[in-house]
Amino acid sequence: MTRSTIDGAALDYAAGGGLLSRRTLLASAAAGTAAGLLQPRMAQAEAEIPEWTKAAGARARGYGAPAAAESAVQRAIIEPWQDVAPAFSLSGTPHHKLRGTITPSGLHYEVHHGGRPDIDPARHHLMIHGLVERPLQFDLDALERYPMVTATHFLECAGNSLFNAVMPEPMQAGCDMLHGLVSNTEWTGIPMAVLMEEAGVKPEGKWVVAAGADGPSLARSIPMEKVMSDGMLALYQNGERIRPEQGYPMRLLLPGFEGNMNIKWLTSLWVTEEPVHTKDESGEYTEILADGSSVQFTFAMGVKSFITHPSSTMTMSGPGFYEISGLAWTGAGKVAKVEVSADGGTSWAEAALAGPVLPQALTRFSLPWHWDGSPLVLMSRATDETGAVQPARADWKARYHASNFLHYNAIQPWQVTAEGAVQNVYL
Amino acid sequence: MSIFKPATAALLLTAAAARAEGPGLGQPLEAADIPFYATYVKPDGTGLPAGSGTAAQGAEIYAAKCTTCHGETGSEGPVMPPVGPNDVWAKPAGSYWPYATTLFDYIRRAMPLEAPKSLSDDETYALAAFILERNGVIDADTAMTAETLPAVKMPNHGNFTDVWAKQGAKPW
Ligand code: HEC
Repeated sequence: MTRSTIDGAALDYAAGGGLLSRRTLLASAAAGTAAGLLQPRMAQAEAEIPEWTKAAGARARGYGAPAAAESAVQRAIIEPWQDVAPAFSLSGTPHHKLRGTITPSGLHYEVHHGGRPDIDPARHHLMIHGLVERPLQFDLDALERYPMVTATHFLECAGNSLFNAVMPEPMQAGCDMLHGLVSNTEWTGIPMAVLMEEAGVKPEGKWVVAAGADGPSLARSIPMEKVMSDGMLALYQNGERIRPEQGYPMRLLLPGFEGNMNIKWLTSLWVTEEPVHTKDESGEYTEILADGSSVQFTFAMGVKSFITHPSSTMTMSGPGFYEISGLAWTGAGKVAKVEVSADGGTSWAEAALAGPVLPQALTRFSLPWHWDGSPLVLMSRATDETGAVQPARADWKARYHASNFLHYNAIQPWQVTAEGAVQNVYL
Repeated sequence: MSIFKPATAALLLTAAAARAEGPGLGQPLEAADIPFYATYVKPDGTGLPAGSGTAAQGAEIYAAKCTTCHGETGSEGPVMPPVGPNDVWAKPAGSYWPYATTLFDYIRRAMPLEAPKSLSDDETYALAAFILERNGVIDADTAMTAETLPAVKMPNHGNFTDVWAKQGAKPW
């Protein structure tokens, strides 16, 4: 147990449960630390010198890897039918073990409907055909010569947070299992509009059916409007070629739209007048509402947030100072504000957002907190620039059929017990 | 305010023109080089190949190639059983999907999971017929073909709200 040296009584509180003002604490904490450092210490001749400080280190290497001591930082694998259909497999980003906003490429979430294909880039082509003046195909060498753009965007599976959506009792698991099907990447590639205009879309071409080169040839109908406004043919992920898990050698990127539409291993763009009602837009990625009817073509992801530090499965190391930190995003544009409550929603304080706040990108929020050791419930509530606010779980559930697990964006409450255990709860 | 309008329009035009200019490196794509999975069978049946299959024929293929994942009779699962109603999946393909054509296209491109694109067109028609018949959507004697499949009236058709048409990209 590590005791904080900060005097709780002297702090500038912003809301109940020990939430501190996002503006003042850093200043006072810094002053406290500085005061501590001013006490000069005697140099100790007998102090231990670790062996790595008394030897030459390892040589340079061609491709780096995380520190060996960090080997437990892994994606959480979710395989609902691993005995009969292991290729249908998912993995979630361990957000509770990460900080910042960019998801390391090797920890980006995966949802594979028919496994990860092993593609020879020399034999991969992108076709643009259908209602176009000039049906075209592009190989990777040709695409490399196009002007490229770079943008940071989240991808979120429509099924992210599915356990909270459907389990009658809250599952006790980390953020990797509970909310891991969202990740954030700096993508580089070619604006889709450049390629579509080269092919020459005919006036009646209003939709694009995108298909992948994976076993199931996953296909989705996408409005031309979206493809032309900010669609990207992504070739690079955080500066290096897209990982096989994310669509090597190329994927479609549709900022803010559900992950399933951002076709990985993209090989075909077929321009049509209407959506063609592919398998995913007919069943799996439609939502049944409370009245038994369904909604389809629900493309953009709603406003959402959750606290990563502290979060479910973690243990507090004693009363005192902590920084509450988490992630917020919205498919509708930018996050406008995130509020945090440490008393189960009775009072709220506004968190600081780490800038720049980018559209359709994960935004890190934080708020200083002085925990007095008593049990309480932490939660975060995001509002986006359109004014949309995260709902409470009961309000979200009331809109949908009991079986629906898609587009869940309810507020995530974490219970902190007197012993310091952090647990998933429904409120 | 109005004096700025022409300038803005000119700017937008320049931006659009600039955006259209790529290096033009796309190569002509011949129709013969487009594989079937680069298109999709449309609800009106456009894209359906010749061939036919009955539910009885489909039952045999289903028993040989589909039961391990979707269940003995198509309603057990464990994977998203296509026959409903069942206790596993609220959206059984053979009754929930708005168009029967999707069954043909999806099975042909994606199933069985470990050997996609291995089924013949006749086999695919037969499997679609089997799933539809087991759901009570067609009778046992109607063979599925390029003419009969798009004519099938799916029971849940008309029970969907098109959110994109209703409110565009605004999240539901
Ligand atoms: C090895 C397991 C496996 C086998 C064998 C298999 N499937 Fe599937 N099937 C799956 C998986 C996994 C999915 C879900 C894929 C997805 O989510 O994109 C699926 C989805 C489907 C669906 C869509 C279900 C829905 O509600 O969205 C249909 C229809 C289907 N399969 C038909 C068949 C037929 C017909 C066969 C036999 C020729 C077959 N499957 C064999 C694993 C299998």
